Amino acid sequence: MVGFDSSDDAAVYRINDDTAMIATVDFFPPIVDDPFQFGQVAATNALSDVWAMGGTPKIAMNLLTFPSCLSLDAVRGILAGGYDKVMEAGAVIVGGHSIEDKEPKYGLCVTGFARPEEILTNDGAKVGDILVITKPLGTGILSTAAKAGLLTQAEYDEMLAIMTTLNKKGQEAMLPVRPNACTDITGFGLLGHVQEMAKGCGHTIELWADSVPVVPKALELAKDGIIPGGAYNNMGYLAGDVAVDAGIPLERSDSFYDPQTAGGLLISVPEARAEELLHRLHDLGVPGAAIGAVLPRGEHLVHVRASR
Amino acid sequence: MNELDARGYSCPEPVLMTKAALKKGLPLKVLVDSMTPVQNITRFASNAGYQVSHKAVGEDFEVTISR
Repeated sequence: MVGFDSSDDAAVYRINDDTAMIATVDFFPPIVDDPFQFGQVAATNALSDVWAMGGTPKIAMNLLTFPSCLSLDAVRGILAGGYDKVMEAGAVIVGGHSIEDKEPKYGLCVTGFARPEEILTNDGAKVGDILVITKPLGTGILSTAAKAGLLTQAEYDEMLAIMTTLNKKGQEAMLPVRPNACTDITGFGLLGHVQEMAKGCGHTIELWADSVPVVPKALELAKDGIIPGGAYNNMGYLAGDVAVDAGIPLERSDSFYDPQTAGGLLISVPEARAEELLHRLHDLGVPGAAIGAVLPRGEHLVHVRASR
Repeated sequence: MNELDARGYSCPEPVLMTKAALKKGLPLKVLVDSMTPVQNITRFASNAGYQVSHKAVGEDFEVTISR
């Protein structure tokens, strides 16, 4: 049902009329120093794709590489962190594979299921939809700062909480509202994933810069030039498709390109049901925010305006 | 001219090194090896109220910061 051609979050295979299987894999090197926390973040990130597709994760397999000098405690810590989040997701770890490598890397191969008609792709947005995001931006900038010890404990904890919050509740809130499209925000940053969504449906997506939630510390750091190289890479490849209006503070537009780890869901929902979606998200404790709208195709795929 | 060679360092190190080097006097010339530190140093320095410019020097970049 979904494969390579639409650059979606996961592959989807229809088993029969009642069941579709969702398959996804994701792994990366440590983004935080603590092994248990790294395991949690990597698992939160890998599981997310299944929820973004409208499914429920059921089975997960560990993917682990580690140098021989890494202590057994660290390896155990990483795996325990992953296990913790897979349990919270209501799925099970049924095995995995590990090999020796210069750099540790961890992630999961996740299989989930959904009814075929409930599969949500990233290319179904319709003119008149409102775009809703379920987590604040800034984790790329914050983790760059954390590497250099520039965060207080409270700022670090806030970053970690964002990266270890499962998109499970966000999806739970979203499904009954019947969105037209969904994806999750990861390495390409908000604008990269919005551009994919716009490209997929062929319309233009307008973003309201001052409505986008960004961790305040991340804006402060962006002003100070603490921005990961990945953000500039995103800016480079998106330059032709994204127009940013004058008057938007640079640190704010910079944060829209910031690569996110285990970012939130980006949901495209008909305007008539957008309020209901926001209420449902807030009722479940998910900080949802309306950040833009789908318009008929204009000059650019994505247009960032200062405000609504 | 105060000079700093920040080639071979990855972000955020070049910005932090620049911040420290600014205390030793202006103008400051910073040598870096990719556009990421150029853009980060430019953001930091212009937000802090300095004049910033950069140019390519072979495969590297030279960022000049002045009052």
